Amino acid sequence: MGVGRLYTAVAAGGFRRYATYRAATAAGVFTNTAFGIILVYTYLALWDEKPHLGGYDQAQAVTYVWLGQCLFATLAISGGGVEKDLMERIRTGAIAIDLYRPADLQLWWLSTDLGRSLFQLLGRGVIPFLVGAVFFPMALPVDAGTWAAFLVALLLAMLVSFGIRYLLALSVFWLLDGMGVSQVLAITGIFFSGMSLPLNVFPGAFGEVVRFLPWAAQLQVPADVLLGETGLTRAFAFQAAWAAALLTAGRLLQSAATRRVVVQGG
Amino acid sequence: MGERAREGLRAYRLIAAMWMRSTMMYRTSFALTMAGNLLVTGLDFATILLMFSRVDSLGGWSLPEVAFLYGLSATAFGFADLVLGSMDVLGTRIRDGSFDMLLVRPAPVLAQIGADHFALRRLGRVVQGAVVLGWALVSAGIDWTPAKVLLVPLMLGAGAAIFCALFVAGAAFQFLAQDAAEVQNSFTYGGTTLLQYPPTVFGKDFVRGVTFLLPLAFVNWVPAAYVLGRPYPLRLPAWAAWSPPLVAVVCCALAGLAWRAGLRAYRSTGS
Repeated sequence: MGVGRLYTAVAAGGFRRYATYRAATAAGVFTNTAFGIILVYTYLALWDEKPHLGGYDQAQAVTYVWLGQCLFATLAISGGGVEKDLMERIRTGAIAIDLYRPADLQLWWLSTDLGRSLFQLLGRGVIPFLVGAVFFPMALPVDAGTWAAFLVALLLAMLVSFGIRYLLALSVFWLLDGMGVSQVLAITGIFFSGMSLPLNVFPGAFGEVVRFLPWAAQLQVPADVLLGETGLTRAFAFQAAWAAALLTAGRLLQSAATRRVVVQGG
Repeated sequence: MGERAREGLRAYRLIAAMWMRSTMMYRTSFALTMAGNLLVTGLDFATILLMFSRVDSLGGWSLPEVAFLYGLSATAFGFADLVLGSMDVLGTRIRDGSFDMLLVRPAPVLAQIGADHFALRRLGRVVQGAVVLGWALVSAGIDWTPAKVLLVPLMLGAGAAIFCALFVAGAAFQFLAQDAAEVQNSFTYGGTTLLQYPPTVFGKDFVRGVTFLLPLAFVNWVPAAYVLGRPYPLRLPAWAAWSPPLVAVVCCALAGLAWRAGLRAYRSTGS
Protein backbone atom coordinates (compact mmCIF):
# COMPACT_ATOMS: atom_id res chain seq x y z
CA MET A 1 0.00 0.00 0.00
CA GLY A 2 1.39 3.37 -0.96
CA VAL A 3 2.17 5.82 1.82
CA GLY A 4 -0.31 8.33 0.44
CA ARG A 5 -3.06 5.73 0.29
CA LEU A 6 -2.35 4.54 3.82
CA TYR A 7 -2.83 7.97 5.36
CA THR A 8 -5.83 8.70 3.16
CA ALA A 9 -7.40 5.52 4.49
CA VAL A 10 -6.58 6.60 8.06
CA ALA A 11 -8.16 10.01 7.42
CA ALA A 12 -11.25 8.35 5.96
CA GLY A 13 -11.43 6.27 9.14
CA GLY A 14 -11.34 9.44 11.23
CA PHE A 15 -14.13 10.91 9.11
CA ARG A 16 -16.30 7.79 9.50
CA ARG A 17 -15.69 7.47 13.22
CA TYR A 18 -17.26 10.87 13.87
CA ALA A 19 -19.91 10.44 11.19
CA THR A 20 -21.28 7.48 13.16
CA TYR A 21 -22.78 9.59 15.93
CA ARG A 22 -25.63 11.26 14.07
CA ALA A 23 -27.71 12.30 17.07
CA ALA A 24 -24.63 13.78 18.74
CA THR A 25 -23.85 15.72 15.57
CA ALA A 26 -27.40 17.06 15.36
CA ALA A 27 -27.17 18.06 19.02
CA GLY A 28 -23.91 19.86 18.27
CA VAL A 29 -25.49 21.74 15.36
CA PHE A 30 -28.31 22.85 17.65
CA THR A 31 -25.91 23.98 20.39
CA ASN A 32 -23.65 25.92 18.03
CA THR A 33 -26.69 27.63 16.50
CA ALA A 34 -28.03 28.59 19.94
CA PHE A 35 -24.69 30.01 21.09
CA GLY A 36 -24.29 31.78 17.75
CA ILE A 37 -27.60 33.57 18.24
CA ILE A 38 -26.67 34.67 21.79
CA LEU A 39 -23.25 35.91 20.68
CA VAL A 40 -24.63 37.71 17.62
CA TYR A 41 -26.97 39.79 19.77
CA THR A 42 -24.17 40.81 22.14
CA TYR A 43 -21.89 41.69 19.22
CA LEU A 44 -24.63 43.73 17.55
CA ALA A 45 -25.01 45.72 20.78
CA LEU A 46 -21.26 46.13 21.06
CA TRP A 47 -20.87 47.34 17.47
CA ASP A 48 -23.92 49.59 17.88
CA GLU A 49 -22.09 51.26 20.73
CA LYS A 50 -18.84 51.51 18.79
CA PRO A 51 -19.07 51.06 15.03
CA HIS A 52 -15.87 49.81 13.35
CA LEU A 53 -14.59 48.29 16.60
CA GLY A 54 -11.42 46.35 15.80
CA GLY A 55 -11.70 47.43 12.14
CA TYR A 56 -14.86 45.36 11.54
CA ASP A 57 -18.23 46.75 10.57
CA GLN A 58 -21.38 45.19 12.01
CA ALA A 59 -21.90 42.68 9.18
CA GLN A 60 -18.28 41.56 9.47
CA ALA A 61 -18.68 41.07 13.23
CA VAL A 62 -21.77 38.92 12.61
CA THR A 63 -19.87 36.88 10.03
CA TYR A 64 -17.08 36.40 12.57
CA VAL A 65 -19.53 34.98 15.12
CA TRP A 66 -20.94 32.40 12.74
CA LEU A 67 -17.52 31.47 11.42
CA GLY A 68 -16.50 30.87 15.03
CA GLN A 69 -19.45 28.54 15.61
CA CYS A 70 -18.69 26.82 12.29
CA LEU A 71 -15.05 26.20 13.22
CA PHE A 72 -15.58 25.44 16.92
CA ALA A 73 -15.83 21.67 16.42
CA THR A 74 -13.92 21.63 13.13
CA LEU A 75 -10.76 22.91 14.82
CA ALA A 76 -11.64 21.33 18.20
CA ILE A 77 -11.02 24.79 19.67
CA SER A 78 -11.89 23.71 23.21
CA GLY A 79 -10.49 20.20 22.70
CA GLY A 80 -12.47 17.05 22.02
CA GLY A 81 -10.58 16.06 18.88
CA VAL A 82 -8.32 13.04 18.44
CA GLU A 83 -6.06 14.26 21.26
CA LYS A 84 -8.69 12.92 23.65
CA ASP A 85 -8.24 9.40 22.27
CA LEU A 86 -4.48 9.82 22.16
CA MET A 87 -4.33 10.85 25.83
CA GLU A 88 -6.47 7.89 26.78
CA ARG A 89 -4.25 5.52 24.81
CA ILE A 90 -1.14 6.90 26.49
CA ARG A 91 -2.79 6.57 29.89
CA THR A 92 -3.93 3.00 29.36
CA GLY A 93 -0.77 1.89 27.56
CA ALA A 94 -2.60 1.11 24.30
CA ILE A 95 -0.18 3.57 22.70
CA ALA A 96 2.26 0.64 22.50
CA ILE A 97 0.08 -0.84 19.75
CA ASP A 98 0.25 2.42 17.81
CA LEU A 99 4.03 2.46 18.19
CA TYR A 100 4.60 -0.90 16.55
CA ARG A 101 2.36 -0.12 13.61
CA PRO A 102 4.40 0.37 10.41
CA ALA A 103 3.28 3.99 10.27
CA ASP A 104 4.51 7.28 11.63
CA LEU A 105 2.76 8.15 14.92
CA GLN A 106 2.40 11.87 14.26
CA LEU A 107 1.23 11.43 10.66
CA TRP A 108 -1.21 8.73 11.75
CA TRP A 109 -2.91 10.98 14.30
CA LEU A 110 -2.70 14.00 12.00
CA SER A 111 -4.52 12.06 9.28
CA THR A 112 -7.18 10.90 11.72
CA ASP A 113 -7.65 14.46 12.94
CA LEU A 114 -7.90 15.88 9.43
CA GLY A 115 -10.61 13.31 8.67
CA ARG A 116 -12.39 14.31 11.87
CA SER A 117 -12.06 18.03 11.01
CA LEU A 118 -13.50 17.51 7.57
CA PHE A 119 -16.51 15.68 8.95
CA GLN A 120 -17.10 18.29 11.68
CA LEU A 121 -16.87 21.04 9.07
CA LEU A 122 -19.44 19.42 6.77
CA GLY A 123 -21.67 17.75 9.34
CA ARG A 124 -21.60 20.24 12.15
CA GLY A 125 -20.12 23.52 10.96
CA VAL A 126 -21.91 24.38 7.74
CA ILE A 127 -25.50 24.39 9.04
CA PRO A 128 -25.09 26.98 11.84
CA PHE A 129 -23.19 29.16 9.35
CA LEU A 130 -26.05 28.93 6.84
CA VAL A 131 -28.63 29.64 9.56
CA GLY A 132 -26.63 32.73 10.48
CA ALA A 133 -26.43 33.82 6.84
CA VAL A 134 -30.19 33.48 6.41
CA PHE A 135 -31.29 35.32 9.55
CA PHE A 136 -28.57 37.92 10.12
CA PRO A 137 -26.78 40.37 7.80
CA MET A 138 -23.39 38.90 6.92
CA ALA A 139 -20.43 40.20 4.92
CA LEU A 140 -19.60 37.28 2.65
CA PRO A 141 -17.18 37.60 -0.28
CA VAL A 142 -18.65 37.16 -3.76
CA ASP A 143 -15.48 36.21 -5.64
CA ALA A 144 -14.29 32.61 -5.80
CA GLY A 145 -10.69 33.69 -5.20
CA THR A 146 -11.37 34.80 -1.62
CA TRP A 147 -13.20 31.57 -0.84
CA ALA A 148 -10.29 29.56 -2.26
CA ALA A 149 -7.88 31.57 -0.11
CA PHE A 150 -10.12 30.95 2.89
CA LEU A 151 -9.97 27.19 2.28
CA VAL A 152 -6.16 27.36 2.25
CA ALA A 153 -6.22 29.33 5.51
CA LEU A 154 -8.62 26.77 6.96
CA LEU A 155 -6.33 23.87 6.06
CA LEU A 156 -3.39 25.67 7.68
CA ALA A 157 -5.58 26.35 10.72
CA MET A 158 -6.30 22.62 10.97
CA LEU A 159 -2.56 21.91 11.02
CA VAL A 160 -1.93 24.52 13.73
CA SER A 161 -4.87 23.25 15.78
CA PHE A 162 -3.57 19.68 15.58
CA GLY A 163 -0.04 20.90 16.39
CA ILE A 164 -1.20 22.50 19.65
CA ARG A 165 -3.33 19.54 20.72
CA TYR A 166 -0.70 16.95 19.81
CA LEU A 167 1.91 18.69 21.97
CA LEU A 168 -0.47 18.85 24.93
CA ALA A 169 -1.54 15.23 24.47
CA LEU A 170 2.08 14.04 24.47
CA SER A 171 2.59 15.71 27.84
CA VAL A 172 0.47 12.87 29.26
CA PHE A 173 3.53 10.62 28.80
CA TRP A 174 4.95 12.50 31.79
CA LEU A 175 1.79 13.57 33.61
CA LEU A 176 -0.06 10.23 33.20
CA ASP A 177 -3.45 11.92 33.51
CA GLY A 178 -4.99 14.10 30.86
CA MET A 179 -7.65 15.85 32.90
CA GLY A 180 -5.69 18.96 33.81
CA VAL A 181 -4.22 19.17 30.32
CA SER A 182 -7.67 19.01 28.75
CA GLN A 183 -8.79 21.80 31.02
CA VAL A 184 -5.81 23.98 30.03
CA LEU A 185 -6.55 23.22 26.40
CA ALA A 186 -10.17 24.30 26.73
CA ILE A 187 -9.40 27.52 28.63
CA THR A 188 -6.60 28.68 26.36
CA GLY A 189 -8.40 27.53 23.22
CA ILE A 190 -11.59 29.44 23.84
CA PHE A 191 -9.98 32.62 25.09
CA PHE A 192 -6.90 32.96 22.88
CA SER A 193 -8.57 31.77 19.67
CA GLY A 194 -11.04 34.62 19.95
CA MET A 195 -14.13 32.45 20.38
CA SER A 196 -15.69 34.87 22.85
CA LEU A 197 -14.34 38.11 21.38
CA PRO A 198 -12.37 38.76 18.15
CA LEU A 199 -8.67 39.16 18.94
CA ASN A 200 -8.50 42.47 17.05
CA VAL A 201 -10.81 43.94 19.70
CA PHE A 202 -8.37 43.07 22.53
CA PRO A 203 -6.83 46.33 23.77
CA GLY A 204 -3.24 47.56 23.83
CA ALA A 205 -0.10 45.51 24.31
CA PHE A 206 -2.17 42.53 25.51
CA GLY A 207 -3.92 42.54 22.17
CA GLU A 208 -0.57 42.65 20.33
CA VAL A 209 0.66 39.60 22.24
CA VAL A 210 -2.58 37.64 21.79
CA ARG A 211 -2.62 38.28 18.06
CA PHE A 212 0.89 36.84 17.78
CA LEU A 213 0.19 33.55 19.62
CA PRO A 214 -0.49 30.33 17.65
CA TRP A 215 -4.18 30.33 18.64
CA ALA A 216 -4.62 33.45 16.47
CA ALA A 217 -3.96 31.20 13.46
CA GLN A 218 -7.08 29.16 14.25
CA LEU A 219 -10.03 31.53 13.97
CA GLN A 220 -8.80 35.12 13.68
CA VAL A 221 -6.61 34.65 10.62
CA PRO A 222 -9.08 32.55 8.57
CA ALA A 223 -11.79 35.07 9.51
CA ASP A 224 -9.62 37.98 8.36
CA VAL A 225 -8.90 36.16 5.09
CA LEU A 226 -12.60 35.57 4.50
CA LEU A 227 -13.48 39.15 5.40
CA GLY A 228 -10.67 40.56 3.22
CA GLU A 229 -9.06 42.27 6.22
CA THR A 230 -5.53 40.96 5.77
CA GLY A 231 -2.86 40.45 3.11
CA LEU A 232 -2.81 36.82 2.01
CA THR A 233 0.97 36.36 2.01
CA ARG A 234 1.22 37.67 5.54
CA ALA A 235 -1.69 35.51 6.77
CA PHE A 236 -0.44 32.30 5.16
CA ALA A 237 3.14 32.92 6.30
CA PHE A 238 1.97 33.44 9.90
CA GLN A 239 -0.09 30.25 9.90
CA ALA A 240 2.52 28.16 8.06
CA ALA A 241 5.27 29.31 10.42
CA TRP A 242 3.26 28.29 13.49
CA ALA A 243 2.21 25.00 11.88
CA ALA A 244 5.83 24.15 11.05
CA ALA A 245 7.06 25.16 14.51
CA LEU A 246 4.37 23.20 16.35
CA LEU A 247 4.65 20.08 14.22
CA THR A 248 8.45 20.09 14.56
CA ALA A 249 8.16 20.51 18.32
CA GLY A 250 5.63 17.68 18.34
CA ARG A 251 8.08 15.46 16.47
CA LEU A 252 10.90 16.24 18.90
CA LEU A 253 8.68 15.68 21.94
CA GLN A 254 7.41 12.45 20.39
CA SER A 255 10.89 11.01 20.03
CA ALA A 256 11.72 12.03 23.60
CA ALA A 257 8.48 10.49 24.84
CA THR A 258 8.72 7.21 22.97
CA ARG A 259 12.26 6.70 24.25
CA ARG A 260 10.96 6.69 27.79
CA VAL A 261 7.74 4.80 27.20
CA VAL A 262 7.16 2.02 29.69
CA VAL A 263 4.06 0.03 28.99
CA GLN A 264 2.19 -1.07 32.07
CA GLY A 265 1.71 -4.80 31.99
CA GLY A 266 -1.52 -6.69 31.99
CA MET B 1 -44.28 12.38 49.38
CA GLY B 2 -42.40 13.97 52.29
CA GLU B 3 -41.00 10.59 53.30
CA ARG B 4 -39.77 10.00 49.75
CA ALA B 5 -38.12 13.44 49.58
CA ARG B 6 -36.32 12.83 52.89
CA GLU B 7 -35.13 9.47 51.65
CA GLY B 8 -33.88 11.07 48.43
CA LEU B 9 -32.00 13.80 50.27
CA ARG B 10 -30.36 11.24 52.53
CA ALA B 11 -29.27 9.12 49.58
CA TYR B 12 -27.98 12.22 47.81
CA ARG B 13 -25.97 13.26 50.87
CA LEU B 14 -24.42 9.82 51.31
CA ILE B 15 -23.46 9.44 47.65
CA ALA B 16 -22.12 12.98 47.40
CA ALA B 17 -20.03 12.42 50.55
CA MET B 18 -18.66 9.23 49.03
CA TRP B 19 -17.57 11.09 45.88
CA MET B 20 -16.04 13.87 47.96
CA ARG B 21 -13.99 11.38 49.95
CA SER B 22 -12.82 9.76 46.74
CA THR B 23 -11.84 13.15 45.27
CA MET B 24 -9.94 14.07 48.42
CA MET B 25 -7.67 11.06 47.93
CA TYR B 26 -5.96 13.19 45.28
CA ARG B 27 -5.66 16.54 47.00
CA THR B 28 -3.26 18.16 44.54
CA SER B 29 -5.39 17.15 41.61
CA PHE B 30 -8.42 18.55 43.40
CA ALA B 31 -6.69 21.85 44.13
CA LEU B 32 -5.56 22.15 40.51
CA THR B 33 -8.95 21.36 38.97
CA MET B 34 -10.63 23.72 41.43
CA ALA B 35 -8.21 26.49 40.44
CA GLY B 36 -8.80 25.61 36.81
CA ASN B 37 -12.53 25.87 37.36
CA LEU B 38 -12.14 29.31 38.92
CA LEU B 39 -10.03 30.36 35.95
CA VAL B 40 -12.46 29.08 33.31
CA THR B 41 -15.40 30.89 34.83
CA GLY B 42 -13.19 33.91 35.47
CA LEU B 43 -12.40 34.16 31.77
CA ASP B 44 -16.13 34.42 31.18
CA PHE B 45 -16.13 37.67 33.07
CA ALA B 46 -12.83 38.72 31.52
CA THR B 47 -14.64 38.78 28.16
CA ILE B 48 -17.17 41.25 29.58
CA LEU B 49 -14.34 43.35 31.04
CA LEU B 50 -12.61 43.34 27.64
CA MET B 51 -15.82 44.53 26.01
CA PHE B 52 -16.09 47.36 28.51
CA SER B 53 -12.47 48.33 27.91
CA ARG B 54 -13.70 49.49 24.50
CA VAL B 55 -17.21 50.79 25.30
CA ASP B 56 -18.86 52.53 28.27
CA SER B 57 -22.20 50.78 28.12
CA LEU B 58 -23.77 47.75 26.51
CA GLY B 59 -27.42 47.97 25.50
CA GLY B 60 -27.61 51.04 27.76
CA TRP B 61 -26.31 49.20 30.86
CA SER B 62 -23.10 50.15 32.68
CA LEU B 63 -20.37 47.71 33.74
CA PRO B 64 -21.48 47.41 37.41
CA GLU B 65 -25.05 46.77 36.24
CA VAL B 66 -23.95 44.08 33.80
CA ALA B 67 -21.74 42.66 36.57
CA PHE B 68 -24.85 42.48 38.77
CA LEU B 69 -26.63 40.41 36.09
CA TYR B 70 -23.50 38.32 35.63
CA GLY B 71 -23.05 37.69 39.36
CA LEU B 72 -26.67 36.62 39.81
CA SER B 73 -26.66 34.35 36.76
CA ALA B 74 -23.28 32.77 37.49
CA THR B 75 -23.96 32.19 41.21
CA ALA B 76 -27.44 30.73 40.68
CA PHE B 77 -26.18 28.54 37.85
CA GLY B 78 -23.13 27.60 39.92
CA PHE B 79 -25.33 26.21 42.70
CA ALA B 80 -27.43 24.20 40.25
CA ASP B 81 -24.27 22.99 38.50
CA LEU B 82 -22.77 21.93 41.84
CA VAL B 83 -25.88 20.01 42.85
CA LEU B 84 -26.93 18.43 39.55
CA GLY B 85 -24.21 19.33 37.04
CA SER B 86 -22.98 15.77 36.63
CA MET B 87 -26.30 14.60 35.28
CA ASP B 88 -24.96 14.36 31.75
CA VAL B 89 -23.36 11.05 32.77
CA LEU B 90 -26.89 9.67 32.47
CA GLY B 91 -26.51 9.27 28.69
CA THR B 92 -23.32 7.25 29.19
CA ARG B 93 -24.95 5.13 31.89
CA ILE B 94 -27.91 4.37 29.63
CA ARG B 95 -25.61 3.44 26.75
CA ASP B 96 -23.33 1.13 28.75
CA GLY B 97 -26.21 -0.40 30.68
CA SER B 98 -24.98 0.62 34.14
CA PHE B 99 -28.18 2.61 34.66
CA ASP B 100 -29.99 -0.65 35.46
CA MET B 101 -27.85 -0.93 38.58
CA LEU B 102 -29.34 2.30 39.93
CA LEU B 103 -32.87 1.03 39.37
CA VAL B 104 -32.47 -1.95 41.67
CA ARG B 105 -31.05 0.05 44.57
CA PRO B 106 -33.50 1.00 47.33
CA ALA B 107 -33.08 4.77 46.87
CA PRO B 108 -34.76 7.32 44.57
CA VAL B 109 -33.11 7.19 41.13
CA LEU B 110 -33.09 10.99 40.74
CA ALA B 111 -31.05 11.36 43.95
CA GLN B 112 -28.64 8.66 42.83
CA ILE B 113 -28.06 10.08 39.37
CA GLY B 114 -27.92 13.66 40.70
CA ALA B 115 -25.17 12.80 43.16
CA ASP B 116 -23.34 10.57 40.69
CA HIS B 117 -19.81 11.93 40.14
CA PHE B 118 -20.54 14.78 42.55
CA ALA B 119 -17.71 17.27 41.99
CA LEU B 120 -16.86 19.72 44.73
CA ARG B 121 -14.59 21.57 42.30
CA ARG B 122 -17.74 23.06 40.77
CA LEU B 123 -17.79 25.28 43.84
CA GLY B 124 -15.31 27.37 41.81
CA ARG B 125 -18.12 28.82 39.70
CA VAL B 126 -20.17 29.73 42.76
CA VAL B 127 -17.20 31.47 44.38
CA GLN B 128 -16.32 33.38 41.23
CA GLY B 129 -19.92 34.43 40.61
CA ALA B 130 -20.32 35.51 44.23
CA VAL B 131 -17.18 37.67 44.06
CA VAL B 132 -18.48 39.50 40.98
CA LEU B 133 -21.91 39.81 42.58
CA GLY B 134 -20.39 41.26 45.76
CA TRP B 135 -18.49 43.86 43.78
CA ALA B 136 -21.60 44.74 41.76
CA LEU B 137 -23.76 45.11 44.88
CA VAL B 138 -21.53 47.86 46.25
CA SER B 139 -20.66 49.61 43.01
CA ALA B 140 -23.89 49.56 40.99
CA GLY B 141 -25.28 52.53 42.90
CA ILE B 142 -28.37 50.64 44.06
CA ASP B 143 -30.94 52.65 46.02
CA TRP B 144 -31.36 50.05 48.77
CA THR B 145 -34.70 49.37 50.48
CA PRO B 146 -35.55 46.43 52.79
CA ALA B 147 -37.54 44.86 49.95
CA LYS B 148 -34.54 44.95 47.62
CA VAL B 149 -32.27 43.45 50.29
CA LEU B 150 -34.75 40.62 50.69
CA LEU B 151 -35.06 40.07 46.94
CA VAL B 152 -31.35 39.32 46.34
CA PRO B 153 -31.17 35.99 48.25
CA LEU B 154 -34.67 35.17 47.03
CA MET B 155 -33.67 35.42 43.38
CA LEU B 156 -30.46 33.45 43.94
CA GLY B 157 -32.51 30.60 45.42
CA ALA B 158 -35.21 30.76 42.78
CA GLY B 159 -32.62 31.07 40.01
CA ALA B 160 -30.74 28.01 41.26
CA ALA B 161 -34.04 26.08 41.39
CA ILE B 162 -34.94 27.11 37.82
CA PHE B 163 -31.54 25.94 36.58
CA CYS B 164 -31.91 22.69 38.58
CA ALA B 165 -35.26 22.13 36.81
CA LEU B 166 -33.44 22.62 33.49
CA PHE B 167 -30.83 20.02 34.43
CA VAL B 168 -33.52 17.50 35.41
CA ALA B 169 -35.55 18.18 32.26
CA GLY B 170 -32.36 17.79 30.23
CA ALA B 171 -31.68 14.45 31.93
CA ALA B 172 -35.24 13.32 31.17
CA PHE B 173 -34.65 14.23 27.54
CA GLN B 174 -31.65 11.90 27.48
CA PHE B 175 -33.97 8.92 27.89
CA LEU B 176 -35.27 9.81 24.45
CA ALA B 177 -32.06 10.91 22.76
CA GLN B 178 -29.13 9.20 24.41
CA ASP B 179 -26.40 10.62 22.19
CA ALA B 180 -27.83 14.10 22.11
CA ALA B 181 -26.78 15.12 25.63
CA GLU B 182 -25.19 18.23 24.17
CA VAL B 183 -28.58 19.77 23.42
CA GLN B 184 -29.13 20.46 27.09
CA ASN B 185 -25.94 22.54 27.13
CA SER B 186 -27.71 25.05 24.89
CA PHE B 187 -30.26 25.60 27.62
CA THR B 188 -28.08 25.34 30.72
CA TYR B 189 -24.75 26.87 29.69
CA GLY B 190 -26.41 28.88 26.94
CA GLY B 191 -28.98 30.09 29.45
CA THR B 192 -26.46 31.32 31.99
CA THR B 193 -24.43 32.98 29.22
CA LEU B 194 -27.34 34.95 27.79
CA LEU B 195 -28.50 36.08 31.23
CA GLN B 196 -25.09 37.71 31.73
CA TYR B 197 -26.06 40.35 29.20
CA PRO B 198 -28.84 42.94 29.53
CA PRO B 199 -32.24 42.06 28.01
CA THR B 200 -32.02 45.25 25.92
CA VAL B 201 -29.26 43.57 23.88
CA PHE B 202 -31.57 40.88 22.52
CA GLY B 203 -34.37 40.97 19.96
CA LYS B 204 -37.89 41.35 21.31
CA ASP B 205 -39.09 37.92 20.14
CA PHE B 206 -36.02 36.34 21.66
CA VAL B 207 -36.77 38.00 25.03
CA ARG B 208 -40.39 36.84 24.76
CA GLY B 209 -39.15 33.31 24.18
CA VAL B 210 -36.90 33.25 27.25
CA THR B 211 -39.63 34.85 29.38
CA PHE B 212 -42.77 32.90 28.51
CA LEU B 213 -41.54 29.68 26.87
CA LEU B 214 -38.34 29.02 28.80
CA PRO B 215 -38.70 31.29 31.84
CA LEU B 216 -35.01 32.17 32.20
CA ALA B 217 -35.80 35.87 32.46
CA PHE B 218 -37.03 35.25 36.02
CA VAL B 219 -33.58 34.11 37.15
CA ASN B 220 -32.26 37.67 37.04
CA TRP B 221 -33.55 39.97 34.27
CA VAL B 222 -36.93 40.75 35.83
CA PRO B 223 -35.99 40.92 39.54
CA ALA B 224 -32.70 42.67 38.77
CA ALA B 225 -34.56 45.35 36.83
CA TYR B 226 -36.55 46.01 40.03
CA VAL B 227 -33.43 46.22 42.20
CA LEU B 228 -31.65 48.51 39.75
CA GLY B 229 -34.78 50.62 39.21
CA ARG B 230 -34.80 49.95 35.48
CA PRO B 231 -37.86 49.35 33.26
CA TYR B 232 -38.88 45.69 33.16
CA PRO B 233 -38.30 43.72 29.97
CA LEU B 234 -41.53 43.42 27.91
CA ARG B 235 -43.22 45.93 30.27
CA LEU B 236 -44.15 43.18 32.71
CA PRO B 237 -46.30 44.29 35.68
CA ALA B 238 -44.58 45.53 38.87
CA TRP B 239 -45.31 42.38 40.89
CA ALA B 240 -43.38 40.26 38.34
CA ALA B 241 -40.18 40.99 40.27
CA TRP B 242 -41.55 38.83 43.12
CA SER B 243 -42.66 35.96 40.90
CA PRO B 244 -39.35 34.01 40.57
CA PRO B 245 -40.08 31.64 43.51
CA LEU B 246 -43.45 30.78 41.96
CA VAL B 247 -41.89 30.30 38.53
CA ALA B 248 -39.24 28.09 40.13
CA VAL B 249 -41.87 25.88 41.80
CA VAL B 250 -43.76 25.45 38.52
CA CYS B 251 -40.52 24.68 36.64
CA CYS B 252 -39.47 22.08 39.21
CA ALA B 253 -42.91 20.43 39.12
CA LEU B 254 -42.83 20.23 35.31
CA ALA B 255 -39.27 18.90 35.36
CA GLY B 256 -40.32 16.28 37.91
CA LEU B 257 -43.15 15.14 35.66
CA ALA B 258 -40.79 15.00 32.67
CA TRP B 259 -38.33 12.93 34.72
CA ARG B 260 -41.05 10.45 35.69
CA ALA B 261 -42.23 10.14 32.10
CA GLY B 262 -38.65 9.60 30.96
CA LEU B 263 -37.96 7.01 33.63
CA ARG B 264 -41.13 5.14 32.73
CA ALA B 265 -40.17 5.11 29.04
CA TYR B 266 -36.70 3.72 29.84
CA ARG B 267 -35.77 0.46 28.18
CA SER B 268 -32.52 -1.17 29.14
CA THR B 269 -29.90 -1.85 26.49
CA GLY B 270 -30.16 -5.41 27.70
CA SER B 271 -26.45 -6.10 27.69
